[in-house]
Amino acid sequence: MTEQTAAVKAVVRAIAERLEAEREHLTDLDSAIGDADHGGNMARGWAEAATAVEDLDDTDVATVVKTAGRTLMSEVGGASGPLYGGSLVFASAELDDGLTDETLVAFAETYLEKVTDRGDAAVGDQTMVDALVPAVHTFKKSIEVDDLPAIEALAKAVDAAERGVAFTVPIRASKGRASYLGWRSVGHQDPGATSTLFILETLLATTRERLDADLASSVDATSPVTPEEDPEA
Amino acid sequence: MKKLINDPEDVVDEMLDGIVAAHPERIRRLSGTGVLVRDDAPVDGKVGVVSGGGSGHEPAHAGYIGDGMLDGAAAGEVFSSPTANEFEDLITACDSGEGVLAVVKNYEGDVMNFDTAAELVEMEGTDVATVVVNDDVAVEDSEYTSGRRGVCGTVLVHRVAGAKAAMGADLDEVQRVAQKVIDNVGTMGVALTSCTTPEKGDPTFDLGEDEIEVGIGIHGEPGVERTTHTSADAITDELTDAVLHDLDLDEGAEVLTIVNGMGGTPLMELYVVNRRLQELLGEQAIETWDTWVGEYMTSLDMAGCSITICSVDDELKELLDEPVDTPALVKP
Repeated sequence: MTEQTAAVKAVVRAIAERLEAEREHLTDLDSAIGDADHGGNMARGWAEAATAVEDLDDTDVATVVKTAGRTLMSEVGGASGPLYGGSLVFASAELDDGLTDETLVAFAETYLEKVTDRGDAAVGDQTMVDALVPAVHTFKKSIEVDDLPAIEALAKAVDAAERGVAFTVPIRASKGRASYLGWRSVGHQDPGATSTLFILETLLATTRERLDADLASSVDATSPVTPEEDPEA
Repeated sequence: MKKLINDPEDVVDEMLDGIVAAHPERIRRLSGTGVLVRDDAPVDGKVGVVSGGGSGHEPAHAGYIGDGMLDGAAAGEVFSSPTANEFEDLITACDSGEGVLAVVKNYEGDVMNFDTAAELVEMEGTDVATVVVNDDVAVEDSEYTSGRRGVCGTVLVHRVAGAKAAMGADLDEVQRVAQKVIDNVGTMGVALTSCTTPEKGDPTFDLGEDEIEVGIGIHGEPGVERTTHTSADAITDELTDAVLHDLDLDEGAEVLTIVNGMGGTPLMELYVVNRRLQELLGEQAIETWDTWVGEYMTSLDMAGCSITICSVDDELKELLDEPVDTPALVKP
């Protein structure tokens, strides 16, 4: 197993742990405007995904991501399955050549495209898109325009997602179950945007830990999240 | 609320096994899924017609699996969409190579899971066409909603698309007639009581002894208006007017009508409603070509009914006259 594959598995595991810890928080947010199942759905789905990817032997990054997505699709009910899981499955094809700046940007863009197409939502609809759009755009710009290493681009993307989550509070839902509330959805933080932020935060924290452990300073700047192959694998 | 169940967790699973046990020569279950298909699926040379959605609406949708209607149906948990994987398995199992029409009710989860599945099976080379049913006239398409809900009119879409497929039509034609029904059908419902889900065990919403909820969906979600309970005739007038207003029919138009029970209302009362419905149509010079009264798409144990009116032309009448042989709907 390559170092990259191990890293992606670790990320899936960490996301599962984080969402389990946030289960009640997400459920509370969803109780206010939806059907109160987002916390349980996300925690259960990612726990199953972590188990599924753990069982993969000798595989590549794209397969790990695809397997996680497939598991979410089968375990998470309602709209979250296709939005979180289906989008991962489609975007995983962008990682066929491993993790590089280019493939990561392509992955993020495809993921966003699938979510917006499937959910037919745009920024300002009080959905996960409000966190995702600024995150993906910031990531792409930080890499392609500002020439930042991927890990720093990801840190900026997380900041942008956080502002996106805050932006969902004062606006009115026009997509998703909360849209049935009309003006009553104003003042509520969107659960989907929030769980999206948790996933991105965990991706950043886990990658940072691994890079620090690998003495990230010595990593080639053009592909900062592509450590050497592990000879033990 | 007393229910004839075991563990609420197992209710859908046990129901599906029970359906197969009732029709072992006709229906089989795809192992490990909530998908039921015709025993002989995929039918050689025929376009597949499939549907699905949350459970709790029986006989929809598995009750409509059979000759002249559906090749298969996916059942999710109570009032929850099946997963995209289940829709994928369903479409794949019903594709003979001629393609598959998916009939989806307009609920976010159903639509997204079906779309995701369609995209995945298309990558594998299966042709999929989708129609989205949105016959509920209660909730207008506005900035407040994600469009109109799909309810009892869906059964007519299954019926017409299934008949067209059985006649050997290609996927485009099957999709066209399905869409024709959607363009010409409207439904409005009323609840006299809430439904009670097996998991929760208590009513989903509170409705006073003297209250009714007009314009309800099929999941115990709120309607458009809560009013004081009145007579069958007054309620029928209100539902019928709303549907007719939406359909905007010409004098002399021919229609098929459905008085559909929501799960907890005796047939006696549905006939009382139907009597008034037919009177009203007669007064407005609308001709009833066919009448259905019974339970076609329910909401667990909710008391109440919905009224569906579908405008029919020669083509739809011909398709609705075709034979059908399913657990819930039979016409020789």
